[in-house]
This record gives sequence, structure tokens and C-alpha cells, in this order.
Amino acid sequence: MTPILGIMASQISGHLETGAYESISTVTVGVGGAANVTFSSIPSTYTHLQIRGISKTNRTSSSVDSIKVQFNGDTASNYTYHELIGNGASALSDNVTSTSFTVIARTAGNANTNFFGAFTCDILDYANNNKYKTHRTLSGVDLNGSGALFFNSGLWMSTSAITSIVIAPQTGTLLNQYSSLALYGIKG
Amino acid sequence: MATTYEPIATYTVSGGSTSTITFSSISGSYTDLVLVCSGNSNSGTDYPRIRVGNGSASATGYSNTQVYGTGTTATSYRETSQTGFIFATYPATSARVTTIFNIMNYSNTTTYKTVLMRDNNSAGNVTAAVMLWQSTSAINYIELFLTNNFVAGSTFTLYGIKAA
Repeated sequence: MTPILGIMASQISGHLETGAYESISTVTVGVGGAANVTFSSIPSTYTHLQIRGISKTNRTSSSVDSIKVQFNGDTASNYTYHELIGNGASALSDNVTSTSFTVIARTAGNANTNFFGAFTCDILDYANNNKYKTHRTLSGVDLNGSGALFFNSGLWMSTSAITSIVIAPQTGTLLNQYSSLALYGIKG
Repeated sequence: MATTYEPIATYTVSGGSTSTITFSSISGSYTDLVLVCSGNSNSGTDYPRIRVGNGSASATGYSNTQVYGTGTTATSYRETSQTGFIFATYPATSARVTTIFNIMNYSNTTTYKTVLMRDNNSAGNVTAAVMLWQSTSAINYIELFLTNNFVAGSTFTLYGIKAA
């Protein structure tokens, strides 16, 4: 089909600049992979955080892995999460309670080198000192015949403001090269 | 701090003869793209598709995995080796179907491209999908098209998100 309308991005001017959405830090995993990506010294000047990224792990037992997170170095059983998963054939749901991490993404494991999963994760009211912290995620990985679409919400049962986030594979031991994770702050 | 989330281009359909919306020459200076669509068909039920590419729209290498709720059930399905991605059902009622695409890490030349989508049709399903384009080419071209035409007033806005 021949396009009948075209918009040259370079010709657009007068961009709206709300200034409410700011980049805090971005990490792209280099050669050899990384056991985790850590965002530390997160300022409390925003209302919400968003993590966006593409990822792949070195899990060898499956073409799919998950991405887990821990806040403020807390490795105790203070996390819980619910999942809604579409596996290409049916919709499934489960929950995990009193665990040592929460999950924010389904991603690629032992699949073709070029396959990566993607996710966006919102961490709401992260600096509030009076409530437990909730995140929500939309993520997925499609491998042209397998993969999953993944909705998730998770809870960190702490009233502490979130100042650091450790992101790592749930089953694999490394985030593969070219995994790229970006942390943003959203002002209120 | 520099602005990180900014509009690149917006198109509002006028009249009733627009079957294709194209965003071309997209700058590679962002990390992710977000495409927000509010549209419908002007003539009967239709199935809008999206294609992406480098310099033009690619007609090969698409697959997707979806989960959707109909109001009574939730289910999932998958399509492989497609020529594009049908991202919604346009019911040709007065309602608009709102679809948001997150086109992740679109300009890298190392990985296949993964797109996350949420589709909201008040007259039908609520859907989420992950779409794969099996190409390591940077995306600088996005095409949305119908068999019929987009109804007047349909809007399509492309945003870019920068990273530190």
C-alpha cells in the first residue's frame, strides 16, 4: 500500500514541553553481561518512577525468563505480586506472597540472540513514608511462536521511601549484553 | 534537566479519504517511541494494521502474542510470520478506539524490535499485546492503515522519550 500521508518528524516544531517526565539514569549492559543493574541514590523529588527497558537473560532451560527487583537492598520476604499472563493459548493468573523479590517483566531467555523482551513498570508514590509501595507492569516477549504477554502488580511491604532498585534475572544469572534499562521520574 | 518526553508529530484525520497514516524520517535521537491512536473506521467494521520499517514499511517478519478480555472471558492467542500487526477492531460506531504503542529501543541496530501495546475499545475488547518485528534495522518509519478509511477526527500522535 502506498502511503498517502507523510509527516516529516524533522519538520515539526514547537514541541510541547511539560517538563514533568525526566530521565534519571540509563544503563545498557555491556560485553559479558551483568548480574544486575542497580539504580541508587534515587532522589525523592518526583511523585512516581517509571522503569522502561528491553532485556534478555542467559537462562538456558527456557526461552523465557523473568526480571525481578528488590528495593533498598531488602532481601527479606517483604514482597508479594499478582500476575496475568497470556501465553498465546490461554490467559492465566497467579500470585506469590511473602517472597524476597517482586517481578516486573517477562523477558527472553535462551532464544535467538536477537530476541529481547520489553517492559514498562510504574512505581507509584515511591517516596511516601506512610504507605507500602505498589508497582504495575506491562511487559512481554514474543519469539515468533512462543513467548508471553504479562501484566503484573507487586507490593513491597515497607513504608520507607525507595532510594535504590536492584534489577536482575529471576532464573538466569546474567542480563545479556544490549539489555537496556532506563529510570524516569514523573513529577506531580 | 532536559525534557525527555516530547511530541514528535500529530495527525488529525479530516474528510473521509484517509486510509493510511505515515510517520516518516523519525529521528533516532530518542530511546523509545510512544504512539497514541484514537481512531475508528468511517465505513463498516475494519481492522487497522501497523507496520514499521527503515525508510519504508516492512511487510515481513511480524509476530505477536495477545491477551484480551471480552467482558465475559479472558483469553490469549498468537500470530506468527505476519505481514503486519492488526492492532484493533474498529467498529465504525461513534466511539473511538484508543490504542497506545510503546516502541522500545527502536533505533538500536542490534536487536529485533519489541513493541508493547494496549488497546481499549469501549464497544468490544480490552487487549494487551507484545509485537515483534524480526529486524535489527533501526525503525524510522511507521505506517497505520485500514481497508476503508479512518473516520474524520481520528488522531495519531507520536512521542519520543529520551534517556540520560
